[in-house]
Amino acid sequence: MNKQNKKSKWQHFVDWVNGEEAIGMPKKISFKKIDFEKLQEDFEKYIWSGRKKAIFYMVMCVFVCLTFIGILLHTVTALPYFGGSNNPASNEVVQRYIENGVEETGATNIVAGMILDYRAFDTFGESNVLFLAVICVIMLLKKDKYNTTEQEQREEKEDEMFEKEDSNTILKRIANLLAPLLFLFGIYVVLNGHISPGGGFSGGAIIGAGFVLYASVNGQQKMQRFFTYKIFVRINVICLLTYCILKGYSFFTGANHLPNIIPKGTAGALLSGGLILPLNICVGMIVACTIYGFYALFTKGEI
Amino acid sequence: MESVNYIHNIPFISIFLTMFGGIITPLLSKGKLAQKINFIIVCIVGILSAVLLVSVWKNEQSFTFMMGHFPAPWGNELRAGPLEALMALTFSFVMANTLLGGAKFVQKDILPEKQNLYFVMINLLFGSMLALIYTNDIFTAYVFLEINTIASCAIIMAKGTGESIAATLHYLIICLLGSGLFLIGISLLYSITGHLLMPNIQQSIIQLTKTGEYAFPFAVVIGMIIIGISIKSAVFPFHFMLASAHPAATPPSSSILSGLVLKSFIILNIKMFYCVFTIDLIRSLRITNVLFLFGLIGMVVGSVSALKETRIKHMLAYSSAAQIGYIYMGLGLGNHAGMVAACFHILAHAATKAMLFICAGGLMSVSQGSDSIHDLRGAAHRNLMAGIGFTVGGLSMVGVPLTAGFVSKLYFASATIYSPQKMVITLLTLAVSMILNAMYFIPSAIAIWTPVEKKEEYTKPSRKMEIGIGIFIVTNFFLGICYKPIIDMIELGIRLL
Repeated sequence: MNKQNKKSKWQHFVDWVNGEEAIGMPKKISFKKIDFEKLQEDFEKYIWSGRKKAIFYMVMCVFVCLTFIGILLHTVTALPYFGGSNNPASNEVVQRYIENGVEETGATNIVAGMILDYRAFDTFGESNVLFLAVICVIMLLKKDKYNTTEQEQREEKEDEMFEKEDSNTILKRIANLLAPLLFLFGIYVVLNGHISPGGGFSGGAIIGAGFVLYASVNGQQKMQRFFTYKIFVRINVICLLTYCILKGYSFFTGANHLPNIIPKGTAGALLSGGLILPLNICVGMIVACTIYGFYALFTKGEI
Repeated sequence: MESVNYIHNIPFISIFLTMFGGIITPLLSKGKLAQKINFIIVCIVGILSAVLLVSVWKNEQSFTFMMGHFPAPWGNELRAGPLEALMALTFSFVMANTLLGGAKFVQKDILPEKQNLYFVMINLLFGSMLALIYTNDIFTAYVFLEINTIASCAIIMAKGTGESIAATLHYLIICLLGSGLFLIGISLLYSITGHLLMPNIQQSIIQLTKTGEYAFPFAVVIGMIIIGISIKSAVFPFHFMLASAHPAATPPSSSILSGLVLKSFIILNIKMFYCVFTIDLIRSLRITNVLFLFGLIGMVVGSVSALKETRIKHMLAYSSAAQIGYIYMGLGLGNHAGMVAACFHILAHAATKAMLFICAGGLMSVSQGSDSIHDLRGAAHRNLMAGIGFTVGGLSMVGVPLTAGFVSKLYFASATIYSPQKMVITLLTLAVSMILNAMYFIPSAIAIWTPVEKKEEYTKPSRKMEIGIGIFIVTNFFLGICYKPIIDMIELGIRLL
């Protein structure tokens, strides 16, 4: 025993070369003689030291947060007054957006003109973030052999049985009345995004909420009659692809000073604003799908 | 109508091509097809970047590219010069090679029905890195930083095991801390300068430093932005996310994360130094000293942690942390030569660490998937190419002449001449860190080459992996021997920033 435990320096070196021993690693415990009382003592000591560590971390967390709050509050007091006319932010950039925005983009909603025309590259990135988030959630939560057990599947089947028996007539009627109205309102907000407040992101969120309401009342199976995983992926991909191609064309012609064939229309009309309307529709559909996709994947792990 | 300058369109085409690839990939049902398309796109971007590099290097110029119909302060803008083109070329080269060498691991580690989604992530990650390299607008940088964060978390968790999900959470929290600080910094910066475009911010910052207005918010802004980006590039106290992320991820993900993703943030940091805050200001506020200090500590702590490890992937992860320390030390020297050395080390480490992770994966796959160095004994005889690659990579990390690591260490050491007060400590730490590197790479290299008697069952390594590792080895020697033109390109690039 003694010989095995006490290694010569050469043996240490050999072990280190072989990767069996690292400096500072705990030595292997021999399992033959275990002093249980001592083990328990050690364990308590370990837990206590862990608790001490936890308290230390908590105190440090509070300290760091308070410091940050202090710094940020002090910073905010030193910032220019919000909305002041002499602010550094009220410069030629904002002036052109406000004064020439309608004329240059064809959209009476200046915000839509800014995010979908002046700075469309950022918005393209932003819609990619949404797309990416959905794909990530699919990767993580869509049922596969790693993330579901048999018990969970059985429980889900039972849930579905109950759902079928459940007849919340009042809830169902009202939800079925409300859902189409939500869809209509969402579509209105998306289509008028360039004329009035709203746009793809907000309209899409409303449509998505309609989907969630419909699915949560009628069960996901009814939803799957017209909205399957395949359709979900296709809508997402086609919308983003349209965005990518339209904007790619627009960037290419813009940057190389080539003539652009897309008409701007008269500002204020429904068919105006050049690419803003189709882009709004694309963004709206992506957002609606994303919101419903999150709901479906988080509840059932399927779309 | 003017004639179209196609060279100037290359940054835009590269970014849109990769995004396009990412968007169509979910429609493909087969992982292999997705892989092929991804590989082709990365290769095309690599060729385009090479053309761009040759063009900007010959003309000694950098240019801006208007994204859309509106000129710069109103619309978005991209910017490309020799440094950007060189980085884009290196990134696409390393990416293509990693995908070639790591193809088998993806097919083995990730469920077949989710493989195409993995390549969505790879495509978008690559696109976001290109955008971070080329952007001339800090808000665009933030948007693509977000894409980068989500996609890099996704490629860690792609394996789907509990360990990988825990590692992803760890990685995500630290990354979000970095992004949050960066975002707060940007919004404060906008309210005191009124611009988002890098050159315009620089002009107003020069004005502000002259008048002395908003001195306190400005200091907070610089701190937040630089610290935020540094956290995301895993500088010393935040390097623990690497130690959990790399072992849990599939080898190509580790290669991409360590070799490329961290580097894209460092490049953003360099752009912030030169294009936004001006290097004199950074020096006068002593930001460089802070980065220098954390870089030095990171070099030693990372190496010591690596020395304590008996598992190969943990060891490589800590070694990455040490190498990031080298880069920050170079930035922290605060002189032109230090920057050049840091940029060269970005290239050297990207090529070397990507190869090391692929080789480690190759060695593990012929040793029943165990990652303990003890179990890897004799693995180099079973997978010869991975063994050679691992040894060459280890020697390069130690800094043996003729390898890429030697050149960067040489330039780091010679850059200290321009900062005499930091000279002694830098040289001493470099020496200590190189000895530590040798102390953990050489035993593992000996272990993998020690012949073992017993015959184990293993599958033969794939031809693709061997080709990938072979190209990496050649690149490493190329960087170690023909480094002069590359150093010239980097010098020109930094001068033009």
